[in-house]
Amino acid sequence: MIQVGLPHYLTVAAILFTLGIFGIFLNRKNVIIILMSIELMLLAVNINLVAFSFYLQDLTGQIFAIFVLTVAASEAAIGLAIVLVYFRHRGTIAVEDINMMKG
Amino acid sequence: MELAGAFFYLFAATLVAAGFMVISSRNPVHAVLYLILAFFNSAGLFVLLGAEFLAMILVIVYVGAVAVLFLFVVMMLDIDFAELRAGFLKYLPFGATIGIILLIELILVLGTWVISPEISANATSPVPLAAEITNTEAIGLLLYTKYVYFFEASGIILLIAMVGAITLTLRHKEGVKRQNIAEQVARSPATSIEIKHVEPGAGI
Repeated sequence: MIQVGLPHYLTVAAILFTLGIFGIFLNRKNVIIILMSIELMLLAVNINLVAFSFYLQDLTGQIFAIFVLTVAASEAAIGLAIVLVYFRHRGTIAVEDINMMKG
Repeated sequence: MELAGAFFYLFAATLVAAGFMVISSRNPVHAVLYLILAFFNSAGLFVLLGAEFLAMILVIVYVGAVAVLFLFVVMMLDIDFAELRAGFLKYLPFGATIGIILLIELILVLGTWVISPEISANATSPVPLAAEITNTEAIGLLLYTKYVYFFEASGIILLIAMVGAITLTLRHKEGVKRQNIAEQVARSPATSIEIKHVEPGAGI
């Protein structure tokens, strides 16, 4: 079996990140799946950080991954709260219906 | 080392498969469950990389909090999810093109990464030997000293997120009796006591 090295981890993270972007394109109408895709992308970033932390023997990567985790958790909480409030007001979460601000 | 390699391929393959199912499953509840599977497998990858603390935090925070939050919201909202998937195939070619271009670019850039051997001498905070100190202790020693301001800032971010989520979703219903502390404190004997003169033997 081949020795597992940094490129292997980076490739897994790259595939996961691409899946996240792909998910945003595929589920253009469903906000919840879009939020999940963002979580996948942040997870891929975390894998990158931890892999570099291990192969460079530097703990800073793991510290930074903790901060990324914090931001991801707050983002999910706020995003889902907004989805919930929007659903209460309009009865739908389809992205193309969210046009009240004409943006 | 052979075993670690086998486990890497196991975790990586399951992670990618679960990630694919997250974006392609019909039922959002299934998508959340696959997301949980993806988080567990990346926790396994973190353990392989010697980041045990982060792996456990990932399981606790992502699986225990974020994914369950997603699950609650998916189940709370009464939505016709089949209707939301209507444009799925329409966006497929465009999304696939962009995704594949990005993936090739990322793998070309990152897949051939080679680290020069002398770089580990330049580490800002080198990983201590695993025999001397655990991963959790090492992270604590670094997080509470060198990165203490960032740590507190992330605490403030979490606090603001909590306040924001509560203010967004809090609803004041009409017709519910609530405690009015100011009114209670402002009561005086003159407004709350009435003295009646009762005739003997007559009652009120």
